[in-house]
Amino acid sequence: MLKQYSFEKTAVQSFADNVPLALRTENLQVFYGANHAMHDANLAFPKNQITALIGASGSGKSTYLRSLNRMNDGIATVTGKIWYHDVDINEPDVNIYEIRRHIGMVFQRPNPFAKSIRENIIYALRAEGIKDKQVLAQRVEESLKGAALWDEVKDTLDKSALALSGGQQQRLCIARSIAMQPDVLLLDEPCSALDPISTVKVEETLAQLREKYTIIIVTHNMQQASRISSQCAFFHLGHVMEYTPTAKMFSDPQIPVTQDYISGSFG
Amino acid sequence: MNAKQKDVVATIAINVIVATVVGILFFLLAYILISGLPHVSWSFLTGTTDSFSGAGGIGVQLFNSFYLLILTMLISIPISLGAGIYLAEYAKDNWRTHLIRSAIEVLSSLPSVVVGLFGFLLFVVQFKIGFSVISGAIALTFFNLPLLTRNIEESLSAVPRNQREAGLSLGMSKWKTEIGIILPVALPGIVTGIVLSAGRVFGEAAALIYTAGQSAPVTNFADWNPMDAASPLNPLRPAETLAVHIWKVNTEGLASNAAQLSAAASAVLIIAVLLFNLGARVLGNYLYRRVTASK
Amino acid sequence: MEQTNSEFKQDGAPTSQDWARQLHHATRASREDWFGRGISYLCIGVIILVVASMLWFITSKGMATFTQNHVNLWQFLSGTNWAPDQGHIGALPMIVGSFAVTFAAALVATPFAVGTAIFMTEIAPNKGRKFLQPVIELLVGIPSVVYGFIGLAVVVPFMRHLVGGSGFGIISATFVLFVMVLPTITTMTVDSLRSVPRFYKEASLALGATRWQTVSKVILRAATPGILTAIIFGMARAFGEALAVQMVIGNAAVMPKNLISPAATLTSQLTTGIGDTIDGTLPSNALWSLALILLLMSLFFNALVRLIAKRGQLSHER
Repeated sequence: MLKQYSFEKTAVQSFADNVPLALRTENLQVFYGANHAMHDANLAFPKNQITALIGASGSGKSTYLRSLNRMNDGIATVTGKIWYHDVDINEPDVNIYEIRRHIGMVFQRPNPFAKSIRENIIYALRAEGIKDKQVLAQRVEESLKGAALWDEVKDTLDKSALALSGGQQQRLCIARSIAMQPDVLLLDEPCSALDPISTVKVEETLAQLREKYTIIIVTHNMQQASRISSQCAFFHLGHVMEYTPTAKMFSDPQIPVTQDYISGSFG
Repeated sequence: MNAKQKDVVATIAINVIVATVVGILFFLLAYILISGLPHVSWSFLTGTTDSFSGAGGIGVQLFNSFYLLILTMLISIPISLGAGIYLAEYAKDNWRTHLIRSAIEVLSSLPSVVVGLFGFLLFVVQFKIGFSVISGAIALTFFNLPLLTRNIEESLSAVPRNQREAGLSLGMSKWKTEIGIILPVALPGIVTGIVLSAGRVFGEAAALIYTAGQSAPVTNFADWNPMDAASPLNPLRPAETLAVHIWKVNTEGLASNAAQLSAAASAVLIIAVLLFNLGARVLGNYLYRRVTASK
Repeated sequence: MEQTNSEFKQDGAPTSQDWARQLHHATRASREDWFGRGISYLCIGVIILVVASMLWFITSKGMATFTQNHVNLWQFLSGTNWAPDQGHIGALPMIVGSFAVTFAAALVATPFAVGTAIFMTEIAPNKGRKFLQPVIELLVGIPSVVYGFIGLAVVVPFMRHLVGGSGFGIISATFVLFVMVLPTITTMTVDSLRSVPRFYKEASLALGATRWQTVSKVILRAATPGILTAIIFGMARAFGEALAVQMVIGNAAVMPKNLISPAATLTSQLTTGIGDTIDGTLPSNALWSLALILLLMSLFFNALVRLIAKRGQLSHER
């Protein structure tokens, strides 16, 4: 029988005033029609750190993540506040395109455009009005290096991105996101469709990117969370149950549901 | 009769049915091509028609058919592209969208003669433009819009959702994502649909009889100024198409060789439509390979 | 400013006011979206306008016979004398003609279409896809005037030989329409047969049923709503077909005495007549009333298809 856990007993950390935060949600709730998918999520994400969101499938972690850059617009109703540089970006009159430029996203399945590798990266830049060839070439190189893909593709930039392997495609998607020079990078189970070797490459890439970006990553893989993240939030059935530094979460979980999930005796 | 015997009998019956259907098609094609092709000559394809008897060549009609086709496509492709994008991208799942879809369905199920009559009422009776290329092209547009819109919507919707998400997550507008990312991927399906609909438009006659008219005034093929009355490009002149010509020769023609004439014209029409169908397939496959395969 | 797409001042770290401005100001992307939204709403608006004005114009024109010329609706529908010049507006001959050719064509075409579809899905799917599919698509592609021409050149003389008379009439029209609706019904029947879940068939065959028992008792039964829809689509096409019918039916607006005497349908009467009338007069209005019947029938077929689709959904949900 499925164990019942109390949603009253949670352990969610907050940060001291001197910790710079990139993003913070206040009572964030998500509804798919009548389905209440996310209850009162109050999470803060420190700058230049990797925060992992873990939990079983259906726990609401991806739903939460997609709300952060308004990708749930038109799909779900999101209430509450999302603070970004002291601006509530969950307000209807905020320019969602501008938000997504600052808060980039990488998805579960690699989704490169059916264009060349180069075009994949510069298409959105050109759409924004950047025309200078040198600037574009520079962004291509920087972002591909940032995503640790440059050495593999630098001679084949005009080849179709669809010819790359799954792991390469995913790193291209990361490169495409960082080419926009965002502040925050949201990753929705970026390694779930990849083989172990590609996964290691992506994880190495993320570790490097931490220096420049704030990274929030959804993962169902606890080892991955413990390897790469410094903060970790555990989601259960649409509730944030526990949010602590990663080392603490895996060595000393505060509440029973987290203990059970981490020890594998869940449900 | 036991079950086994019934099975055998039914199988034989079905085979006979299929043979009949195939036989009908081959008979149709063979009849048209054998009775028509011997009368197709260069002078037939380029010559002019005797306006009294309907005898003579089909040069002007052939030109009119293509001219109307191109005009129709020029008008209907942008409109159905916009409408297709609306349905694939902007339309929410509510009663209004439901109503819009029903309206498009109604338009696509209307008999083409009704569409033609509406065109007649609108352009010839109300606006007094008379039988003209432009009236015909707009009537054909009405007839073409619902199918093309549905085809474009289906092609766009068939592109995986994650391509849209990719575009949007980079801060690109819905419009730019749809035009720059989704449309190129959907292009093979859209082009196939457009060429197939071109074949349909090319063979359509009922919508044209009272809009583009049933006469093909001899035009001066040296004058390409659309403003001149005698120019073939003049959008206000009446323009009998090949399909209308076949109907006209058969029902009102006085030519002694009406049967031969219409057989030959039918052969030309069939070949044109076959080429459209074949072209749709070849072009669609080619584009599909270009879009998906690595260059 | 536009080039960098930023409202930030160049010197110093941006304040939260700067951020608020930056995140609220209209950018190229948001302007593009208003533009795109505008364009696509406009396009769909054009289509809706066309449909609405088509319905409105034809309805108001078609009603004029009754509202302006004060023709009795019942007389219009049941009268058998069609001579608008003399004020006789009895549309029954055309109504009967249209329904006769439609039902007859559907009746003949259905067994052929279903048989071909069974062949393509159950008996020889490979041959079906490679060979029959193109055949059917070719039949769809042939323009209706070509069907009319062949009807005139082959079917009408053949009937003349066979039973005498002129050869024009309902039976010739039926034959032409049969070939025209055959591909419509076949294609849609194939789709509905293919959508029958495989395990139905496998379960039936595993129980020892013969192929024909499986097809007739299981597959055809499961596909019935789809096949009905296919037949209705075929009938709608037959009912609305104008030129091919007009070329072979003989165009005599009299009650058909038999199947081999010249008759008329709504569409044939419209194509023959509309060019010779003056707008606003009774003969013209009367023809528009025929067009209105065509329009209403097309809406009716449309509604019927929806009804069947709804029923089908309900029975699947149960």
